[in-house]
Amino acid sequence: MQNAPVTSTEAHLDRLRGDVAPVNHNARTIAALTGNPGCRRRAVLDAAGVDKKAMSVHIGHPVPFGQSTFAITRGNAFEAQVKANGCAELLTMLRERLGLDIAEVAYNDLEEAGGNGSREVRHALARRMIDGAAAGVEGAGTLFDHPLLGLPIGGRTVYLEPDLIAFQVGAQFHIIEIKSFPVIDGQADGGKVAAAAVQSAVYVLALRRLFEELGHDPQRVSHNVILVCPENFSNRPVATLLDVRRQLTVLKRQLSRLRRVDELLATLDPGLTFDLGVRDGTATRPAGEVVAALGEVEARYSPDCLDMCELSYFCRAEARGTTHALGRTVREELGGIEFVDTALRLAEGRLAPTVELAETAHALRTALRMRTECLS
Amino acid sequence: MTALTALARAIAVREERAQPLTTVRHVHIGARPLVFVPLALAGEANAPLAALVGDDRAAPHLLVVPQPRNRAQRFAFAAELGHLVLDYLRSFTHFREDVPINRGREVRQRFSDAPQLIVPNPAGVAFTRLLGRSTRLRRTDGPYAVDPVVPLLGRWLTFLAERAEHPGSSLMVAMTRALSMHWATGQSSTEDANLAALLGWIAPPEGRSPVEAAADAEDADLWPPAGPATDPTFDNEILSPAIARHERDPRHFDGLRKVLNSQLEPTWHLMWRGIDVLGGLSPGASVAERWADDRDSFTNYVTYLAGDNPLPQARRDSATAAARRLSTMERAQNVYDVQRAMDDPLVMAEYRLGGEAFAGTVTYAAPDRIDASSGRRKLRPQILVHTDDPLRLTPGATVSDRSRPKQKAVIVRVSTLDSGGYEVQLELSGGMGNSLVAPPGSVPAVGERLTYSALDAAFRQPDRFPANEETPWTHGGPPQQYVPTNDDAVEDWS
Repeated sequence: MQNAPVTSTEAHLDRLRGDVAPVNHNARTIAALTGNPGCRRRAVLDAAGVDKKAMSVHIGHPVPFGQSTFAITRGNAFEAQVKANGCAELLTMLRERLGLDIAEVAYNDLEEAGGNGSREVRHALARRMIDGAAAGVEGAGTLFDHPLLGLPIGGRTVYLEPDLIAFQVGAQFHIIEIKSFPVIDGQADGGKVAAAAVQSAVYVLALRRLFEELGHDPQRVSHNVILVCPENFSNRPVATLLDVRRQLTVLKRQLSRLRRVDELLATLDPGLTFDLGVRDGTATRPAGEVVAALGEVEARYSPDCLDMCELSYFCRAEARGTTHALGRTVREELGGIEFVDTALRLAEGRLAPTVELAETAHALRTALRMRTECLS
Repeated sequence: MTALTALARAIAVREERAQPLTTVRHVHIGARPLVFVPLALAGEANAPLAALVGDDRAAPHLLVVPQPRNRAQRFAFAAELGHLVLDYLRSFTHFREDVPINRGREVRQRFSDAPQLIVPNPAGVAFTRLLGRSTRLRRTDGPYAVDPVVPLLGRWLTFLAERAEHPGSSLMVAMTRALSMHWATGQSSTEDANLAALLGWIAPPEGRSPVEAAADAEDADLWPPAGPATDPTFDNEILSPAIARHERDPRHFDGLRKVLNSQLEPTWHLMWRGIDVLGGLSPGASVAERWADDRDSFTNYVTYLAGDNPLPQARRDSATAAARRLSTMERAQNVYDVQRAMDDPLVMAEYRLGGEAFAGTVTYAAPDRIDASSGRRKLRPQILVHTDDPLRLTPGATVSDRSRPKQKAVIVRVSTLDSGGYEVQLELSGGMGNSLVAPPGSVPAVGERLTYSALDAAFRQPDRFPANEETPWTHGGPPQQYVPTNDDAVEDWS
């Protein structure tokens, strides 16, 4: 479980979160961090491991994120099929489709760790196995199923519970990501591939970090991940190489921002807390207090948040009347003006523009004149 | 997104009601469209789960796949849908009209009307395309034989989904796309993807304000998603048990149908409400012309399928076919953009705002001006136009006004006026007959209001591409002619 905080930053984050365990990050939530890097509210809440979902319910703005049982079932079945018999099907495909020279295979299931499934034990085992493989120890393995990796997020080690296999070809290690969305006639859903790429990049980063810690060359972890999906309308797996260099860059930048979270914390009232006062599973702190606390940290709402942040409905309600709520492009077209009403009053000539806004105001007045002329 | 649509969204926020983005309708809305609301099973590769389909708002057909992972049941669904769709398509093949071609020397025929498939959103188009892909290559004999209507349905769905990508085509329409082309809401485009929210802003249900209707739309209990994806909570709490019950005891079929209908019916009504509001707009001047193109396209495909051994569409286009398709779409996009601007002053206003067009009043006209500089005397009237638009066209640019499409105007000089705005000097040619005196009305008169733009929808020669068998080696050489294989026909659909 939790270790006692060792730095003032960690103590501060603990205070912000209150008397509950921090929410576990996974590859998906870490990937989501790259979504809206400019949001201070999100950076602080995520660094502190606040349960944003519970918070959104408590303050009356629950976001209906959920996963269909059908999707979960299919995902698990496909993964099990790909990994069956020591990944036999997967290996055949990698040899044939990607032309990888995989002479012999040693398959290591690192999920159970000899019956002791605690995260620390599993992580230590993964470390040892991968260290051996990287050092070229005879028989150390080619495939690692469910290696538990660690990645420091906001000053704490987050254990990633991936459904992945770290895979060695020659001196290079590859991450294999198994996804159940189909590749039809060589094409897959762009949004889903993009999400898979960011998630895989999280694993690449974690594995490279481990290499570094163990004194191996981190560049031996390839930036090409192997994406395994069902082909066409069948259950037959097909492998594709995915270059995640761009995702790695974005991810590193965002994680370094989280590392600098103390700069953000320094600007906050030291008494501030997002504690929901959970007693026997129920939040007891008045919702108004929680909302007031949220108001202390500035959010940067954009409609993209609706797909990835549990607090997005709250932030959207808060952003009502601002041009942020209408999306980035609308905001830009309106000259980056903060409030819809300001933009309209400038367009109508009812508000005298400042010098910086003179050009924007002129463009808005012209646009409104044309619109009125065409609709009259 | 442009400044005018952004402004319209801002106004929608303040007025708490959707604002028009156009003065006319730019899509064709048929007298008898076929509405298709499909649902897919989560996690599967385009596995149909259920659908409401029909051309009568009072009598939708509910199709259900009781166990969506069962291959035979999927093909039964495809066959049932196939019969409905094919009956509908055939109903448009009874009446033809003559079209003069080759300067009136010959006549060809096309159907006097065409089908129109309307789905809720772009994801519905994608579902249709993939359903077409998973059915068009099937065989009707040998192992895994399917109902003959299945591969035929596949070809038609593929044809329609391809037309949905064709700029200006209305054979297949995604409702959210059609609506948001004509109205701006006070929410973001992300939220506009929700049909109930979008339509709530435009035409809220009785007793609800647009803002209330848009908020209601986010409650999946009130307004289930418009598909093909279902609400995960519905999947977990209602659908999954209902499928399991039916599997244990087939007598629970009606219960399962009811459950699925509850997710589809609200969208069904939204679709017809959307058709009503779009139908309430008057069509732009060139909508009929584009619909005639659609009817040609429909006629051609009917003819192709009636020919000798018609092949299904290939899995992937060959290099030449892809290049040709892209070129056709680019040309269609250009024509579509120009036509919309010509049909609709509010669309033209975007070009005026961008400086590619200007509207103004004629302040001076010399209709009988003769240019004798090159030896031959030519009628070259000149006019001055005062405009307040942010002009970016420069001298030398050729522009025209839609009221005199044959007349070209070349900008001679642009002067900035002290009172604001510009004075544009234009020299005119064409559209004035052959004599040296301009017929009355052929030259704009003082006081006339005009909109000059550099937009040009003139016919452009199609780009030339090598024949398939002459595909250069850089593009893979001549492709193998696509012939569906046994593998295609028996492909897993699991």
